[in-house]
Amino acid sequence: MSDANARQQPSVSLLYNPRVRGFLYQAVLVAIVGFLAYEAVVNASTNMRARGIPTDFSFWDRVASFDINQTLIEYSAASTYGRAFFVGLLNTLLVAAVGVVLATFLGFFVGVARLSHNYVVQKLATIYVEVMRNTPLLLQLLFIYNAVLTPLPNPRNSISLGAGVFINNRGLVLPDPQFAPGAIWVLVAAIAGLLLAVAFRFYAHRDQEKTGRSYPVVWIGIGLVLGLPALVYLALGEPVTFAAPVLRGFNFQGGVRVLPEFVALVLGLVLYTAAFIAEIVRAGIRSVSHGQTEAAMALGLSRQQTLKLVVTPQAMRVIIPPLTNQYLALTKNSSLAVFIGYPDLVQVFAGTVLNQTGAAVQVIAITMSVYLVISLVTAAIMNSYNRRKALVER
Amino acid sequence: MKAIAAVLLTAVALGAAVTGAQAQSGSKTLEQVKQKGFLTCGTNTGLAGFGLPDDKGNWTGLDVDFCRGVAAAIFGDGTKVKFIPLSAKDRFTALQSGEIDVLARNGTWTQSREAELGLLWAGVNYYDGQGFMVRKKLNVSSALELSGASICVQQGTTTELNMADFFRTKSMKYEAVAFQNIDEAVKAYDSGRCDAYTTDASGLYSSRLKLVNPDEHMVLPEIISKEPLGPAVRQGDDQWFNIVRWTHYAMINAEELGITKANVDEQVKTANPEIKRFLGVEGDFGKGLGLPKEWAFRIIKAVGNYGEAFNRNVGDGSPLKIKRGLNALWSQGGIQYAPSVR
Amino acid sequence: MQNAPLGTAPLNDAAFLRRESAPSLPPPVAIGGVLGWLRTNLFSGWVSGPLALLFIALLAWTLPGLIRFFIIDAVWSANDGTACRVPGTGACWAFVERKLDFFRYGSYPEFEHWRVDLTLIIGAVLAARLLWPQGKKSTLGLLAFALGVPLFFFIMLPGPQAAMRAPLVELPVLFAGVGLALALEYSRLRTAWVAALFFVVYPVAAVLMLKGWAFIGLSKVDTDLWGGLFLSLLVATVGIVFSLPAGVMLALGRRSRLPAVRFASILFIEFVRGVPFITVLFMANTMLPLFVPDNWTPDRLLRPVIGFSLFAAAYMAEEIRGGLQAISKGQTEGAQALGLSYWQMMRLIILPQALTLVIPGIVNIFISLFKDTTLVAIVGIFDFLRTIDAARIDPVWSGPTISATVYTFAAAFYFIFCFGMSRYSMMMEHRLSAGRRH
Repeated sequence: MSDANARQQPSVSLLYNPRVRGFLYQAVLVAIVGFLAYEAVVNASTNMRARGIPTDFSFWDRVASFDINQTLIEYSAASTYGRAFFVGLLNTLLVAAVGVVLATFLGFFVGVARLSHNYVVQKLATIYVEVMRNTPLLLQLLFIYNAVLTPLPNPRNSISLGAGVFINNRGLVLPDPQFAPGAIWVLVAAIAGLLLAVAFRFYAHRDQEKTGRSYPVVWIGIGLVLGLPALVYLALGEPVTFAAPVLRGFNFQGGVRVLPEFVALVLGLVLYTAAFIAEIVRAGIRSVSHGQTEAAMALGLSRQQTLKLVVTPQAMRVIIPPLTNQYLALTKNSSLAVFIGYPDLVQVFAGTVLNQTGAAVQVIAITMSVYLVISLVTAAIMNSYNRRKALVER
Repeated sequence: MKAIAAVLLTAVALGAAVTGAQAQSGSKTLEQVKQKGFLTCGTNTGLAGFGLPDDKGNWTGLDVDFCRGVAAAIFGDGTKVKFIPLSAKDRFTALQSGEIDVLARNGTWTQSREAELGLLWAGVNYYDGQGFMVRKKLNVSSALELSGASICVQQGTTTELNMADFFRTKSMKYEAVAFQNIDEAVKAYDSGRCDAYTTDASGLYSSRLKLVNPDEHMVLPEIISKEPLGPAVRQGDDQWFNIVRWTHYAMINAEELGITKANVDEQVKTANPEIKRFLGVEGDFGKGLGLPKEWAFRIIKAVGNYGEAFNRNVGDGSPLKIKRGLNALWSQGGIQYAPSVR
Repeated sequence: MQNAPLGTAPLNDAAFLRRESAPSLPPPVAIGGVLGWLRTNLFSGWVSGPLALLFIALLAWTLPGLIRFFIIDAVWSANDGTACRVPGTGACWAFVERKLDFFRYGSYPEFEHWRVDLTLIIGAVLAARLLWPQGKKSTLGLLAFALGVPLFFFIMLPGPQAAMRAPLVELPVLFAGVGLALALEYSRLRTAWVAALFFVVYPVAAVLMLKGWAFIGLSKVDTDLWGGLFLSLLVATVGIVFSLPAGVMLALGRRSRLPAVRFASILFIEFVRGVPFITVLFMANTMLPLFVPDNWTPDRLLRPVIGFSLFAAAYMAEEIRGGLQAISKGQTEGAQALGLSYWQMMRLIILPQALTLVIPGIVNIFISLFKDTTLVAIVGIFDFLRTIDAARIDPVWSGPTISATVYTFAAAFYFIFCFGMSRYSMMMEHRLSAGRRH
């Protein structure tokens, strides 16, 4: 018996054992990668030492002594390089946040327009999407910045849009809000309105599931969020006033100024990303089978209701994952700021700071890590949302 | 993915921590250059008068001529240079990494660049200072009237820092609009994005040529900084440093001795012992540099003396028409001065 | 009872009967004829109706101005910018015409331009042969495609010098391209061999051709002279040539059972996809020279190309992984049952199916990679867009309309190229789905 067994399982070379092989493959890979990494690190440290390139992070606390023209936090030439990093980071986040919101609105609008039965609307949406998707973002940015924004008139010949709003080649000048002592209550009212709106949405949702009654949640929500602060504002005798900017010297003094670089970057990112979002939205809506719509109509739901209660929830499942990718792409693309001189993270930190300190490796590593972290956080948020909305199957 | 960031930072820290790395061994640059058969010279991406390629890739400029001089000293042929256009951002890393042998890119000599970046300035081939250019119709006659102005500047330069210092000491407000390359900064100024444009005075003159209507612009009289511009090399190779430094001194000495590109062949026959030493007729002053004895002759034969190079590229013989000023010889009221060859 | 609303009657009460017929509804709105078309397509709703009108008004307002700017008032020929600077004139096409050689070849020596053209045409023909689906009309289609690209390059963009050179140098180049296309078609070379030509032989030949090699009598042209459109195409092609095999390996690695291999692949892919391309370029440009021994410093063009290739590989890997996931497990099991080894299985069964499946995706990646080549300008490489942006500053031509003119020109080029590729991708998608629709 034992003889027969031995014949059935001939002894094979250890080399042909899949587990041993797998182990070998991995060992080789680890060895190669490890060797390359070791070489890179040794070479880098040798080279950096030989060339006197700083290898530590001591530059972080040194005085930057350069200025940045858009700072969301207190910053001057007397601040540190570390501070400059945060200025750049916040500028990047600002562009990304504004861009994501606007691109989502425009993208959904164009995506729905692509499916319109209306010939003109549908064709124009198609042209928009194709042109935007098939030309480089950098070209669009340069076009907006150099061919649209810079030919605007100089500050002395600004275009006035009324109410203290001006456009010139230095950007958009808005009136500066002045806060009187009661102004804080307007903010409180706004927050209260928001909380009430959220609470009402919960209530309406539960009530609808119980009784089938539906409420105009959106309108009431808008009413609460805008109406409440407006009432408080009027009741307290208009505590917030707007100081119109005045033309003095080279430019407008006072007022809030939005840099043309910022406008160009946001505009470019929004127009470009919206085209991709539109395609995602279109695919998402079309993924909901027509039978669903017909069934909803047959149940007597109106077109609005069909869209809101049947089509959108299902489409969102298809839309969310690629939408996440677009948000990340927009954030990463905001680094193109460096081409038009908007002071984002890459321009300020991986540009000026790198150059003034010479600490190339550290600066680039930090910059890359920041984007990695942003990618991670966004992906995590969107994944949790996605999980919540995912189809619950039996 | 969190692991990635951690790994990355660890790698950087490791790289920084690994010790015992040996210093770069001695003088290799000259041998490397000879082996390659050409000199690699980092230049400006395009600054008229200092380093500018035309559509066909032919380079001209004061810094370009300097590199040709170094190549001539080594090879006896001023054309054996490969010019690598570098942005302000890349220039020092390119030199540090050994990609270029000499950096002649109107770089300002500062303490931190030598002490921290591991570079050495071989000399000053142009004494410059930072100035401002504005539109004439703004009716501004002094930099002190620039309070509240938007100013275009190239990022990552000493210019950017000097400007910040200037406005800070004068407690004036301004808006710095920084661009990554000089062309973009000039274009932005020209299209009206900024009220003023700032860079080294020499750069202002050459940038002005790139404006649509050069006559509508003026350079303000204030010079707010010292900008000694010159060629730089890596630290750790003294022989190479000497070659580069003495190429510069040779050009200045030649002007002082009255040796020009045109008369250098005649001058070889001179009786003047100083000129004889200089041109290698008497003694061998090239040996210490690792060069043949006629090294200085070769330089002058290829690019002429300092005055000729200045005149041809930025002076009266060029569209820039910049006065010699500080850059005249010490004997003529300037501060260009060179030790003798002896 | 009779007047009670319909639904309120108790269900068991059958007493209700309709006595008279319900009033007839109005006829449906006509959908035929001009009026009907207008009604459904222009004024169909409260939102889209006014929107359509708004768009039409907008078009009517801007279109004449655009036509005037780009065609009627445009300056078509001039020697310098004076004619373009006259107030009220439109686009300055003369400028584009003058600078065309720079836009196409950068500073590449003028008398060596044919080398660039020949390299491009060979690449175009090989790529066409690989991309064009095999079928009855393939010869015709292939020829159209293979010649379309170079013709677009030569005839749509005629420079003054090119027109003079064309009969002498460019015609042989063109014939070489046609000859190669026909030879490929009639020799019935197997696709695998063509792929080998494209992925192995062509890159080497192209580098020799462009860089020059004294042995074959071509003068040396340094990479810092390379520029313009050809450089953009070159960078994109190198990216694709490298990223396909690398992407396949990474995709297989990510699906591997071996944890170390899987981890390494995931780490690489997610790292590269998590950071902006610009930072990858910075890294390749400033850090790569530090990571290699002192005397190895890579060429200034090679560095961004390496960065670009790694970037492309990560995105390609994810696309190919999608293809691999779409292959049913039965295929793997079948292959294993036949006793094929892992690599045999991949080479003969899985990859051919997976790669065919993702051809549209690969083309889409190529489109986005081609658009991303514009970013290499950040490290001082003169790609197509950078040459255009640099030429814009030429003081001889500087004027108010120059920016709009050159950017429109660049946009038109990128659009035609990318849109063409995307149509191709859609066609392939259609064909592939047709094949699987039984």
